[in-house]
Amino acid sequence: MSWRIERRFAALRNEGRSGLVTFTMMGDPDIETSFEILRGLPAAGADIIEIGSPFTDPMADGPVIQVAGQRALKAGITLDKTIGLVRRFREQDGETPLILMGYYNPIYIYGVERFLRDALDAGLDGLIIVDLPPEEDGELCLPALEAGLAFIRLAAPTTDDARLERVLANSSGFVYYISITGITGAAGASTRSIAAAVERIRRHTELPIAVGFGIKTAEQAAEVARAADAAVVGSAIISAIEKSLNGNGAATPHTVDAALSLVRALSGGVRQTATEAAP
Amino acid sequence: MNTANSYRAGPDADGHFGDFGGRFVAETLMPLILDLEAAYGAAKVDAAYAEEMDYWLKHYVGRPSPLYYARRLSAHWGGAKVYFKRDELNHTGAHKINNCIGQILLARRMGKTRIIAETGAGQHGVATATVCALFDLPCTVYMGEVDIERQKPNVFRMKLLGAEVVPVTSGAKTLKDAMNEALRDWVTNVESTYYLIGTVAGPHPYPEMVRDFQSIIGEEVRRQIIEAEGRLPDTLVACVGGGSNAIGLFYPFLDDQEISMIGVEAAGHGIESGRHAASLSAGSPGILHGNRTYLLQDEHGQINEAHSISAGLDYPGIGPEHSWLKDMGRVDYEPVTDDEALEAFQLCSRLEGIIPALEPAHALAHVGKIAPTLAADHLIVMNMCGRGDKDIFTVAEALEIGI
Repeated sequence: MSWRIERRFAALRNEGRSGLVTFTMMGDPDIETSFEILRGLPAAGADIIEIGSPFTDPMADGPVIQVAGQRALKAGITLDKTIGLVRRFREQDGETPLILMGYYNPIYIYGVERFLRDALDAGLDGLIIVDLPPEEDGELCLPALEAGLAFIRLAAPTTDDARLERVLANSSGFVYYISITGITGAAGASTRSIAAAVERIRRHTELPIAVGFGIKTAEQAAEVARAADAAVVGSAIISAIEKSLNGNGAATPHTVDAALSLVRALSGGVRQTATEAAP
Repeated sequence: MNTANSYRAGPDADGHFGDFGGRFVAETLMPLILDLEAAYGAAKVDAAYAEEMDYWLKHYVGRPSPLYYARRLSAHWGGAKVYFKRDELNHTGAHKINNCIGQILLARRMGKTRIIAETGAGQHGVATATVCALFDLPCTVYMGEVDIERQKPNVFRMKLLGAEVVPVTSGAKTLKDAMNEALRDWVTNVESTYYLIGTVAGPHPYPEMVRDFQSIIGEEVRRQIIEAEGRLPDTLVACVGGGSNAIGLFYPFLDDQEISMIGVEAAGHGIESGRHAASLSAGSPGILHGNRTYLLQDEHGQINEAHSISAGLDYPGIGPEHSWLKDMGRVDYEPVTDDEALEAFQLCSRLEGIIPALEPAHALAHVGKIAPTLAADHLIVMNMCGRGDKDIFTVAEALEIGI
């Protein structure tokens, strides 16, 4: 339910710091390893967790996430199994918000009503569906909001003020600002342009603002966290996973820790903002 | 006329043809798509734009293309009278250039300085590279690695024309992956770049816009067949990959209820083999590349790879308007296999002295199935939408002939 997201951002405000949002692909490099990583994320410092649901044709993703999706599909992940992982995660963690990120077709084929029922029941909190702009709100956004799932929208540098109103109209949870026009994993934007963009979005919404695309290091995460309510990191974590795999693309004993130690470092960067912001 | 009971009224304001179509794209692209829609809306009613388009279509493309009575094939099949709409005689050898002229003029009006495109068989890539050379705009064409291998002559043509051809190595390395990569480029280079889509797919307004540019095919046929026969045709036949040449032929006739229309899909090794590109005959509705349409997909909504000997038909989707026309029962869609197309390819070469592209060879194979069953006064018009020079290596290999 979407209350977990609100509660988490309220807690972050109380701590006087910004949050770390992580993205990993379910099923990458195999289903159990991806679950081990997922399970370890809260302790490693992830405040909000985006779980990727792969699609054969991820038109907004760069090579790193494309290949992760291919590994995951090869490992046999499905939307059904991803919901199963959410359920298992909830057996140990009732607080950390879980957001499913992916493309619409697998949900459409699963059946919107059935998906919303199963996802809520398993303990999912929100959705980021890359190829559903406000023009298609009737498809999934409105039914999701009605069912009690947050529908998190992407805003881009191309989203002008008039467009922003439209984008924000039915969004909830938080706003995900993608700091560059481009695909996932590309180079990041300057801190100054991010700060200006966050300020512009704040004039239109009370929702927390998370910023992503191009964050690779703890320093970058800290810089983004100074300007926004949360920093989102995806491709860098997936690259760390990828580097830990053996020649056949299979997990090694280092894979889980490769992901989690990067998350610990990123979290350290983001948490610096607390001390700086303290009065 | 847009009337409620017309088949020509779509799409609605949000780009829907019934349940199909729409705008399923990343938010980064939405402002561009809305801009494009506004720019096209303005151009459509601007006489100067129409005049400019007419000029280039006449003097550069060579329109109108002839409507040709295929005497020997008609006699061979011993039934209906078969006409070819000779769009393979256009400059660059296919119907693709009709759309490219329309879109490049629009891109210029919009002040765009860089053109990108996807291509399968390479015909759209060549047509795009051609208009980019003509109007001095840098051009990047995305093409699957598999298609680059089987369409080498077109790859070389694009390079001669000054285009950069980028091999796409993701996914199945064919047309759908080229489209993914072009969309990624567009998401990255939004300000400068115009994405010149080659078929009636993609997000609204592309399916409508490309249809409008290709409708010149059917409009000419209407005039030409009346001149030749004093009446409208009985049956229209065209191949469908994305479906642009077919919709171009069909659209002006959709409200002529007495005319039957057949879109011919690539059945590859046969529908039952699972290795085909027949999304309407064997697919189900889903969302890909910005629109809802019939797709080849598995039970989890993952897209299956298409297969066809023809790179131009090797796409797991279909333009959304075709999906709607199928569901409305207005157009019939029939599968034709690689082998049947190869046979028609050779037959047409020998009997008519026309080497067809493998794409219209599929349409021709279907004409060969129905023509013998029809009366001698039954008029069939088939769109000969491309010439076969680009396919000679593929055909030689399939027939195990060394050249």
